[in-house]
Amino acid sequence: MGQTLARAAQWTSVSEGGEGKLEFNKANELLLNSFIRFVEAFPSKHPQEAALVFKTPLVWKTVLDTSEFSGDYERSDDGLRSKARDKHDQPLLFVEKLGELNHKVHVSTLGELSNLLKAAGNKKMQEARAILEANRDPVAKILGDGFATVEGEDNSTLRLLDQASKESGDQSAEENQTKLRLLLLTQQFDMELMRNSIKELSQEIRLTPQLVNNEIHLLQSFAGTDGGCALESIQHVLEYEFDNGCHAPPWRQVNGDICYLVVKPLDGDEMSVTANTSGCYVNKGVTSNMDDSNFDREGETYKDLVSLLSAKSRKFQDMINSKEFALHEEKKTEQLNAYEDANADDEPDRPMEREKTKEEKEEKVIKEKTRKSKKKTSPSKKMQPTLNWKNEENKGKQEKVDKPEKKVSRQASDRKTKTPALEEEYSESSSESEEEEESTDRRQEQNSDLPSEYWQIQKLVKYLKGGNQTATVIALCAMRDFNLSQETCQLAIRDVGGLDVLINLLETNAIKCKIGSLKILKEISRNTQIRKAIADLGGLQTMVDILQASDKDLKCLSAETIANVAKFRRARRTVRQHGGIRKLVALLDCAPIGSVPVTPESEKDVEVAKCGALALWSCSKSTKNKQAIRKAGGIPLLARLLKARHEDMLIPVVGTLQECSSEHSYRLAIRTEGMIEDLVKNLHSENQELQMHCASAIFKCAEEKETRDLVRLYGGLDPMVALLNKSDNKELLAAATGAIWKCAMSPENVSRFQELKAIELLVGLLNEQPEEVLVNVVGALGECAAQEPSNRMAIRKAGGIPPLVNLLTGTNQALLVNVTKAVGACATEADNMGIIDRLDGVRLLWSLLKNQNQQVQASAAWAICPCIENAKDAGEMVRSFVGGLELIVSLLKSDDREVLASVCAAIANIAKDEENLAVITDHGVVPMLAKLATTTDDKLRRHLADAIARCCMWGNNRVAFGQNGAVAPLVKYLKSPDINVHRATATALFQLSRDPNNCITMHDSGVVKPLIDMVGSEDFALQEAAAGCIGNIRLLALANEKARYK
Amino acid sequence: MAPSLHFSKEEVDALTNMFKDLGKANPSRPEKLERTQVREQLHVQFGVTDDIILDRIVRVFDLDSDNYVNLSEWLQGLSVFLKGTYEEKKQFCFKVYDLNDDGFITREEIFNLLKSSMTKLQTEEDPDEGIKELLEITIKRMDADKDGKISRDDFSEAVDADILYLEHFGSCLPEPKDVEAFLKVAATYPPYRATYY
Repeated sequence: MGQTLARAAQWTSVSEGGEGKLEFNKANELLLNSFIRFVEAFPSKHPQEAALVFKTPLVWKTVLDTSEFSGDYERSDDGLRSKARDKHDQPLLFVEKLGELNHKVHVSTLGELSNLLKAAGNKKMQEARAILEANRDPVAKILGDGFATVEGEDNSTLRLLDQASKESGDQSAEENQTKLRLLLLTQQFDMELMRNSIKELSQEIRLTPQLVNNEIHLLQSFAGTDGGCALESIQHVLEYEFDNGCHAPPWRQVNGDICYLVVKPLDGDEMSVTANTSGCYVNKGVTSNMDDSNFDREGETYKDLVSLLSAKSRKFQDMINSKEFALHEEKKTEQLNAYEDANADDEPDRPMEREKTKEEKEEKVIKEKTRKSKKKTSPSKKMQPTLNWKNEENKGKQEKVDKPEKKVSRQASDRKTKTPALEEEYSESSSESEEEEESTDRRQEQNSDLPSEYWQIQKLVKYLKGGNQTATVIALCAMRDFNLSQETCQLAIRDVGGLDVLINLLETNAIKCKIGSLKILKEISRNTQIRKAIADLGGLQTMVDILQASDKDLKCLSAETIANVAKFRRARRTVRQHGGIRKLVALLDCAPIGSVPVTPESEKDVEVAKCGALALWSCSKSTKNKQAIRKAGGIPLLARLLKARHEDMLIPVVGTLQECSSEHSYRLAIRTEGMIEDLVKNLHSENQELQMHCASAIFKCAEEKETRDLVRLYGGLDPMVALLNKSDNKELLAAATGAIWKCAMSPENVSRFQELKAIELLVGLLNEQPEEVLVNVVGALGECAAQEPSNRMAIRKAGGIPPLVNLLTGTNQALLVNVTKAVGACATEADNMGIIDRLDGVRLLWSLLKNQNQQVQASAAWAICPCIENAKDAGEMVRSFVGGLELIVSLLKSDDREVLASVCAAIANIAKDEENLAVITDHGVVPMLAKLATTTDDKLRRHLADAIARCCMWGNNRVAFGQNGAVAPLVKYLKSPDINVHRATATALFQLSRDPNNCITMHDSGVVKPLIDMVGSEDFALQEAAAGCIGNIRLLALANEKARYK
Repeated sequence: MAPSLHFSKEEVDALTNMFKDLGKANPSRPEKLERTQVREQLHVQFGVTDDIILDRIVRVFDLDSDNYVNLSEWLQGLSVFLKGTYEEKKQFCFKVYDLNDDGFITREEIFNLLKSSMTKLQTEEDPDEGIKELLEITIKRMDADKDGKISRDDFSEAVDADILYLEHFGSCLPEPKDVEAFLKVAATYPPYRATYY
């Protein structure tokens, strides 16, 4: 058992007792069970060996009570001993009483050990755990230190054999033989254990960000809705990728989370999935708003995404099982052989070692393989899915060659061409990452020797518990002298039960203890785990109560600690539910800042207000808290504090406002309370954090036109543009560009931006910025270009078109919406269109119609309209997108009005080319448009009518529209208040009225009266169309009359 | 009367009345209070329970060390005790903890002060052990000049860094609410009349 316990068992690194503990996991449980079985069966199988007295007894603290021992025992006050004794007259089993419920057991034979385990009943597992934890190398105890488990060659068995044969006949030889047998038995058991645990271990290989990302990439290329796809979509919840390849935020990365995904299988609901280093599992719905997310696991953990999806989706499983993988199997075995050959020379002597290394080797080969095939699987037969995918990929490529229609999916093909390169990269770095894994393991082992701080802190906590007020304060002060920003110390305090004591101290009357305790809590609550623990222990309630204390220091500290703790949702809710928001708002109420004279008292009040603002800032991340702050009258107080000059006051105040301005009521209040002026003023601050919060507050508030105007009036546009030069601070840049984007929605602001040469600066930011910045930059450019034609030229001259088009290949949906909009706005100018066309931008736009996000679809379709209008030879261009026309017609099935309107607009443009019109007619555009005719949405009506008008130009489409019942609903459009709808509708009706049947339908629907009114419109196009339509109806009537009187 | 009292005229009167009233208990020496009397007042009014600290506070009150507290000492002592400035309080606390008035707080003095601070420790362990440990930690922290004892400057420096060190070796200053309560009690004493007959 020595080898297995030393290597296979998983020990924790940190524990209370100082010794490592066995982790509570499946592998260890298996190990313990085997151990129990082995020991219990031992005396009956090998009675002689069972009676062998151990060299040194096994000693451990038992979980059993003396009363649970039944059998041949002598009981005494201080414990219990067995009647059976060894040759030195020591009892073979001896239970020593340490305290009320604290017993220590000494056992000297396996027989007694077996009895004890039998007596343990349902505490067996716990007892076995205790035995092994206290005796990490039982063989050494049983047979003596000479048999301690050593790594590498071990001759002890041989030595013992020699010894036994040398002294044959002797009495001690007999004992030695027994010993030998016992040793062999334990080794046999060890082997068995080892084999089991290796089998177990080989199933769990830890996931790495690379593996997960590869898998996601691969799965993404097989996501879609048509027949060949395995799932509908797979998306990151968080798009941003950290340097280490993780998408999860850092504070979750410490828990091993790699990324969060939203997966939609073909046959089921959307799932929210976490990829953790320990495997993939379904979570309780992580959203991009991390704070309100639920990271908890729901259901089982799977070793990788494919197995998770296979388990959750039948279709997925069927799809991957239906592929073949003959080709790759062969290669794998070859490689395995090569590997073994290479290592054959230095194989160790001991069979067990050999066995082990072999298995390790196999595992390694498999690992290697899996890395190469960009997928993680362990036993070879489970590799099927991986290889299937590779084949599928190849197949896909082939298909592409066969059916050139697929060309449209530029994105997908891009990815495919990229994959070989990626593959190489990963196989190269594979050895490196393996090393990394090992090194982390090693570190963990080192950690099992706890740092000295741990013991010191444990001692101090003991004094906290045991001392009176004076001793408590001394201990608190001593504790504060540790480096509390260090995680070891933070966790040590928690692990030794210090948090409970600290929180309990808050409920005492001793101010000094409370202050000392809060000072520590304030520091250590920077740690996420500690925050959770504080909330769990009910610390928030007490701290909320302290907010009303008379001592101002206490108030400050309490508010600051709340500010740290309330970084997660549950804590914020707790604060609110205990009336904390009201109390925190009350803290803000200090004498107007800048009032003379400044006394120490009033300074203290300002300090309290600052701490209150800090806490509110943390709390204001929850919607309900925002409302609570408003209801508690926080807004005017915040407005007053906003006049302060100190940055450390302004930052939390502006931070709170910034958070809250996601609410309409706050935006209104910020405007009406005159806070915009202060926000703008603080944009000039030297402090970048403050500038950032101001800019982001303006970003959020500038949704409203009045606010945008105020920002301009107070001269806020200039500093914003100046902030664009701070390209090293990405957060600030993101906020500033966001503010510019929103402000650019007002034409007056756009002209100011023009004067400030903002376009050039913004174009300069199109390269090498994180997505958060890019979204805003592109949004701003889009607004500028859309509002003012000369900006389109400016963007071109600044060289902005190529990077914009380039961004169309991205995956961030928010970014894509903005990029398509900007490209669309630029495309309205012929020169720009030339560049876009040259860069193949229209094709990229077109491929975005396939994006799952409806906003992206709509925005891409809108952008396509000006492209077609302005491109030279647009018809030919559109035709060159194979499958493109079918795609856009199929979008008419969408259920999103914006998508429908945009697609109708695009179709209206496409239909200008007769040949294309013929193609889309073949794709069934007429009945689909007709089906939409009953809509009540004016925007859709307008573009739908446009599209219908255009589509009438081909073949018997006019008749077909009539047959599909599109005419009568169209007539109703004339009642709409929107003149644009009237114009488009009148044109459509004019076109339709060339078919006599349609004329009859129109007439019956009462079209004449409104049309006659519209003839009097000031809009020439409308006049003409209306008149034309009436003309057609009239002609039909005349023809009828003529026919009648012939 | 010492010029630096922090009391208003009314408060001085009230405290004087209180002093005189307490002095009546000892007709032979009405102008002075015995140390035990002051001790009792401190104990009753402020709930100071630690015997050593109580004794020390009274000794600090007793500026001329004649074992009695006269009116001037009473007023000056209370002025610091109840309403002292930060500096005064620092000095006061140091004096209280410096048991033998030699200008240093030594290991032995701290040990004496902390003797009773460990109450609920597990029985099997020597409570002195814990006290010694705390003592060492504290000395190490406060002894800036590394001479093994805490001088006036050491103490002042530590307190400046963290106000929690002010009453580090035992509570010897009243809580704000007790101050008010005490002054109210003082105001209830009847005006003193020098002669009854």
